Amino acid sequence: MIAKMQTGKAKQCVILSGKGGTGKTSISASLMHLSSQNISGVYVDADVDAANLALVTAAVPQETHEFSGSKLAVIDPLFCSSCGSCFDVCRYDAIQEPVKEQASYQVIDLLCDGCAACVHACPESAIRMVVQQDGEWYHSISAYGDLFHAELFPAAENTGKLVTTIKQEAVSFAEKHQIPLIIVDGPPGIGCPVISASTGADLALLVAEPGVSGKHDLERIIQTLEHLKIPILICINKYDIYPEGTDAIKRLANSYGYQIIGEIPFDDAIPNAMVQAKPVTEFAPESPASLAIQKICEVILPVLFSDGGNL
Amino acid sequence: MNTIKIAVASGKGGTGKTMVATSLAACLDKYYSVQFLDCDVEAPNAHLFLKPEIDSIQSAEILVPEVDQVACTGCGKCVEVCEFHALAQMGDQILLFPQLCHGCGSCQRVCPVNAIHEIPRKIGNLRSGKVRSGIRFHTGDLTISEPMPTPIIRQLKSRITNETRITILDSPPGASCAVVATIHDADFVILVTEPTPFGLHDLKQMLGVLDQTGSPGGVIINRDGIGDVRVEDYLDQTSCPVMMKIPYQAEIAVGLAKGKILSDFIPQYQSEFLNLYKKILEMIEDKEQVGA
Repeated sequence: MIAKMQTGKAKQCVILSGKGGTGKTSISASLMHLSSQNISGVYVDADVDAANLALVTAAVPQETHEFSGSKLAVIDPLFCSSCGSCFDVCRYDAIQEPVKEQASYQVIDLLCDGCAACVHACPESAIRMVVQQDGEWYHSISAYGDLFHAELFPAAENTGKLVTTIKQEAVSFAEKHQIPLIIVDGPPGIGCPVISASTGADLALLVAEPGVSGKHDLERIIQTLEHLKIPILICINKYDIYPEGTDAIKRLANSYGYQIIGEIPFDDAIPNAMVQAKPVTEFAPESPASLAIQKICEVILPVLFSDGGNL
Repeated sequence: MNTIKIAVASGKGGTGKTMVATSLAACLDKYYSVQFLDCDVEAPNAHLFLKPEIDSIQSAEILVPEVDQVACTGCGKCVEVCEFHALAQMGDQILLFPQLCHGCGSCQRVCPVNAIHEIPRKIGNLRSGKVRSGIRFHTGDLTISEPMPTPIIRQLKSRITNETRITILDSPPGASCAVVATIHDADFVILVTEPTPFGLHDLKQMLGVLDQTGSPGGVIINRDGIGDVRVEDYLDQTSCPVMMKIPYQAEIAVGLAKGKILSDFIPQYQSEFLNLYKKILEMIEDKEQVGA
């Protein structure tokens, strides 16, 4: 089997979907479990505002790091002359006018974008930017290898930067320890954290779901990855709940020149495994879902380590 | 009279936000004027269910600087004030990295020789239209490879009119800036979750967001019957009520996959969603009394 580094750089596979809730994390956890039997890997949960991979991979944090980076404006009421310059320049409606006489202008923290326009506009130099802690990131040991994951604080900013941070940590850890594989469980959507999660990936596995929403969002994530020039493989989850929808996904994939590499049936074993905090392939290895994921894993790994020849 | 803003959010993706938002809008539309905003601009899907006739398409834009390199003295002040490193100086040239620019306008304001003016840059589309039943519909979509959804959400929300009785906002997943931009001024937030460990973990994140926005909220448990009871056990210890449960049924999964509205293909949900609205109004009133 493929057991050692081929090019000195770990191969990166990112799991994405566009639409949320299609099964990215359940499939990522299973791929960790299955691939770790042959190839050691480093794993990343890049869905930092709904981080769930640690919940099903028995992850025990070894290190906890503060993540800060965003800034908020703070107005010193002692120096504020209530001229309103800050209010005039703010494009995010984040400055609140004085509620009663002599009160100063105030920043609405939730709406502040951190641009500092008010700081530069204030004639009294009464406003300064204060760095915020946006979350924490962890280096954990999971049942299958080292996991880098994070929790963004509720309502915090800077998701993309946090994703970039934990991915960089994973890449340098893999390099240092000569680990050949990195699996990245990606976030939903197509915006900044998705771009951060995908940058540098050698392969993206897309988890599609039959139905009008799943199809619409699959097309958007395909276009995003093509723009980033990342090779794509597609699987369909819950393919049997709506066969016409599955056919429509296949036609869409074909129209972009992609084959479906696996179809996972609807299977109670998946939520049951989640409740037991295990990947489905470990909890119920003979279940229909597990057998289907096993096949997907058998397709992905050779593609990933073929130096791109087949893509 | 202000419109009543009801946002539908979830933390975890794929829990049924759009199902709840479209059904609630369709049920309320029979009795009230309703406007619907699909704020999930990275993966907007509500139009696939409500099937509006779009009558206006506009670009969603942010203002980015354009530097007049002749007038520019290369002082570098614009580069200094940019918090997002969207401007860089190479010799006496100022370079712009447009996708990093948040459009705050600081560079233009600090330029001592007025060498910067702002030009619009398209990052997506805003579409408005009418659902046959009467709902006024607004949706946005982020252009492929653009990173920032929040400016589109803000522009979409500027289309809310107070003449319409009820505003339904379909939120993106997650618990960060795009969600805050959607729900921060909502009168009520419906949190849709599923009874699994993932659903619970992400619901807790959203309860943390509500602590900060101060909006009252309640939970709908979707796919009831899968998973376990930890979501309900957890909510028992909070002030956030379970307002409705929707069981896991193959019939529902198929209907949604086809793009149908839940309360249309299983009409018993019409009274459930109307009851939900009544409970929401009561909770908004309770909240106002506490505040007063």
